[in-house]
Amino acid sequence: MHPFVLERPRDLSAALSFGAQAGRNDAPVEYIAGGTDMVQLLQEYVRRPDRLVSLAGVLDDGIEIGSQGLRLGAAATMAEVATHQAVVERFPLISQALLNSASPQVRNQATMGGNLLQRTRCPYFRDVGYEACNKRAPGSGCAALDGENRWHAVLGTSDDCIAVHPSDLAVALVALDASVEIRGAGGDRSVPLSDLHRLPRDTPHLETVLEPGEVITAITVPANAAGLRSHYLKVRDRASFEFAVVAAAVAIEMDGARIRQARVALGGVGTKPWRLPNVEAALAGAEFEPAALRQAAALAAEGTQGRGHNDFKIELMQRAIVRAVEIAGARA
Amino acid sequence: MTAALIGKSVSRVDGRLKVTGAATYAAEFEVPNLAHAAVVRSIAANGRIAIDTAKAERAPGVIAVVTHRNAPRLAYQPHKGLPDAAVGERLHVLQDDRVNHQGQPIALVVAETLEQAVYAAQVVRVTYRNEAAATDMESVDPVLPTGKPAEWEIRRGEPDSAFEQAEFRVDQTYVIPRENHNPIEMFATIASWQDNSLTLWDKTQWVHNVAEEIAAVFGIAADNVRVISPFVGGAFGSGLRCWPHVTLAALGARVAGRPVKLVLSRREMYYGVGYRPHTVQRAALGASRDGQLHAIRHEGFQETSTYEEFTEALLSATRFLHSCPNVHTRHRIAPMNVHTPTYMRAPGEASGMYALESAMDELAVALNMDPVELRLRNEPDRDEFKDLPFSSRSTKECYRAAAERFGWAQRNAAPRSMRDGRWLIGWGMASATYPMNYAPASALARLLPDGTAEVMSAASDMGPGTWTSMTQVAADTLGLPIERVKFTLGDTRLPRAPIHGGSMTMASVGSAVQAACRKARDEALARADANEIEEAMKRLGQVIEATADVAPGDETKRFSMHAFGAVFVEVAVDPDLGETRVRRMVGAYGAGRVVNPKIARSQCIGGMIGGIGMALMEHSVVDPRNGRVTNANLAEYAVPVHADAPPVMDVIFVDEHDPHVNPLGVKGLGEIALVGVAPAIANAIFHATGKRVRELPITPDKLL
Repeated sequence: MHPFVLERPRDLSAALSFGAQAGRNDAPVEYIAGGTDMVQLLQEYVRRPDRLVSLAGVLDDGIEIGSQGLRLGAAATMAEVATHQAVVERFPLISQALLNSASPQVRNQATMGGNLLQRTRCPYFRDVGYEACNKRAPGSGCAALDGENRWHAVLGTSDDCIAVHPSDLAVALVALDASVEIRGAGGDRSVPLSDLHRLPRDTPHLETVLEPGEVITAITVPANAAGLRSHYLKVRDRASFEFAVVAAAVAIEMDGARIRQARVALGGVGTKPWRLPNVEAALAGAEFEPAALRQAAALAAEGTQGRGHNDFKIELMQRAIVRAVEIAGARA
Repeated sequence: MTAALIGKSVSRVDGRLKVTGAATYAAEFEVPNLAHAAVVRSIAANGRIAIDTAKAERAPGVIAVVTHRNAPRLAYQPHKGLPDAAVGERLHVLQDDRVNHQGQPIALVVAETLEQAVYAAQVVRVTYRNEAAATDMESVDPVLPTGKPAEWEIRRGEPDSAFEQAEFRVDQTYVIPRENHNPIEMFATIASWQDNSLTLWDKTQWVHNVAEEIAAVFGIAADNVRVISPFVGGAFGSGLRCWPHVTLAALGARVAGRPVKLVLSRREMYYGVGYRPHTVQRAALGASRDGQLHAIRHEGFQETSTYEEFTEALLSATRFLHSCPNVHTRHRIAPMNVHTPTYMRAPGEASGMYALESAMDELAVALNMDPVELRLRNEPDRDEFKDLPFSSRSTKECYRAAAERFGWAQRNAAPRSMRDGRWLIGWGMASATYPMNYAPASALARLLPDGTAEVMSAASDMGPGTWTSMTQVAADTLGLPIERVKFTLGDTRLPRAPIHGGSMTMASVGSAVQAACRKARDEALARADANEIEEAMKRLGQVIEATADVAPGDETKRFSMHAFGAVFVEVAVDPDLGETRVRRMVGAYGAGRVVNPKIARSQCIGGMIGGIGMALMEHSVVDPRNGRVTNANLAEYAVPVHADAPPVMDVIFVDEHDPHVNPLGVKGLGEIALVGVAPAIANAIFHATGKRVRELPITPDKLL
């Protein structure tokens, strides 16, 4: 573990002044919130900041539901959000995604903001015994391309990186058109969650659009996402406490036997939380019957690229979409 | 007189200590002036190294950086313990500039704090001169192990022609990946020298072997090494051998001139201790229409290191489990640039039986015969390999009892014939067997005038309940209430016990405890001229002490001795998403006498859940390009969690009285409960889906 100084600022503006930067391995200053991911990265010598700026006590941890929709303070824990009655009732997709994540102990500790910014589980990123990782050491190569890539992405990949974004929460939020509120030295801004994470392209070491010093202060979910029939489906290698092999977040509005509108996002397959507008367009107006659902879900395969061990995800993710839509549609 | 305690469901005597955190594990001993060590490990699979330690030496708190350049030359006198590979030489640490596997220790940092040691280890600069490495088992030609070929290739009858002529044939290849034990407690050693004497607080399944190995490594007398290991937080075989980190801790302490603590990280657990080897097996069965086996050809090979030939009993069960006149087994190894594998729960049997019992199921399908019936038709009346009678064999009773409890008679043999909503339901079964092992053991019993007793043996308890069951045996034999008896284990100052593995602790240590207690009791009663032990001790007013040594006689020459069992499982498979859930498991075991049904059941359930891991999720994903374990952590290496354990788990111990195996009449339970689970699940998945998966683990991608 690289020696670091832990800064414990008294308020948010003091925190911002340190200029911490999330998601860059060469950043000398980083934030730490719940620490469930950061501590692993520090221990493994993947992250080596000189200074860690603790966000404990300086960020909002409130959960509010109003006419504008849902607002989750960045410091709210996964457990608090997952079990919040209004979230469970009006945004069950979020609750489901959270309860399908990690373990109770982790959910008690991990925060909303930290969850969105957790780093990939790509084993080549997390093992400094591999020299090649463009995310960790820009220009060093990607050991996953021809390596053990069963865990890796088939959407949004590049020749430089195929690491999967690990968050379940982000997948549900992307499906619900959520945004993140960001505060930096230059003031506040709001970014759609679908724009928070960058595609790896040839700069996989730049994971988000956050500028130095900026911090996520809240997540907002528009009110129109409430009340949709939804389902978060997660396929994984064991029944609990495991990252997704493939996950599908689906929210639909029915019109009799037809689907009026649908939102579909996937986890476990994309280099970022992956929304599927083409599948959504095909589902809108589609009959709620297996063949139509399968036909729409097949569009998810557009633009996919398997790398061998992960080829199966292209088929599995289509099936996951169909199943999630079926379950969501069957919900009263 | 007290009621008999052997056979009673006594709760764990150490349970409270464990759940309150009061049990002291190796890393938790308080030793004054303790320094901390961290290991630098190779990131090359083969080659030579050059090390620059300048930055590490200047790092804060660093006491010493030990490499091959400055390490004391260690004696490494010959020593082979039971768990060591018979052929080859153990890994020597920090003695030269060669590396032959990923994760090989190449430097040791000793510092004031753990953080300082870890940081300094991370800034040691190593340059590698890589050489060609064998890291892909598919490109390695397997060879027979060193020794007599007849040990590795065994033939009876005419297996080739019998197979060719058989009316029904199955001939398939079955693959098991490397698996790691993944106990929750990391390996840890605290080493403290006083002149030429060494004390080690260590996580181990055999304190005496650690003492003897480290004595040989350092060229000192084994009597000068004391090893203390009262509690082990799971091991599953990973603590049988004395691994190089123990040497490193002792070396660090010697160089630093202070006690040193070394705790492996989770990632290091995949490099610093052994693992269940990756195996490839081909099983060919030939049978006639009536289900009679006419030929079994079973061959397999497994990975091992370049410096030791590790082998396990991969094909042993094949030679006697089912009756067959024509049998051929051939066991080979694939030496590679990996570290040496080791025994992992039910070593050999768990792997070999996956192939054999899967192939039996495939044969049953080919014959359109119930898989239980197929096994019953091939039930031998003696061990056809050793040509000896079984001391006892309860396979038929196990099949019957488990099938009845399971409701097997209701099974529709057709694949995909049972559903529950979207889920396809499958029922599968397999046999289980594991040898009865019994080794020399010693124990001491001390009766005190206050009516209590102290009983001790240098055994280990990695979780099966040695603390409790030995207390039971002692109290039962002495005729004392259990709370008056204090059993102690895990210290080389106590009478010697055999290795805590091979399911032999109850047979061996239990028999020694029984013998020592019987001796002490008889002596007390005789000397006090009393009929009742508490009265005798009060009357004597002095300590009575007795030691006993037990050892097997010539039983092995007269009998083939094994535990047998059967496991039945129900799985649900989602045919669209490929997920498998185990819904029910019933295991029936003929394992001789059961000393503590409650703990025995717990041990069996643990083994069965371990089998779920083997069947559905466990896989150390080795990158064939360089031999690194890509998922060397507990997030990506999946072991079953509570949600994976089926809601219904039944364990049946069939009544079995075996007077031949050992004085206590026990056969051991630690391993057998894992055997047969993986094939039973694979067979159930076939029944559910019609898909035969011959490569473990059966993850969703294999069922799409």
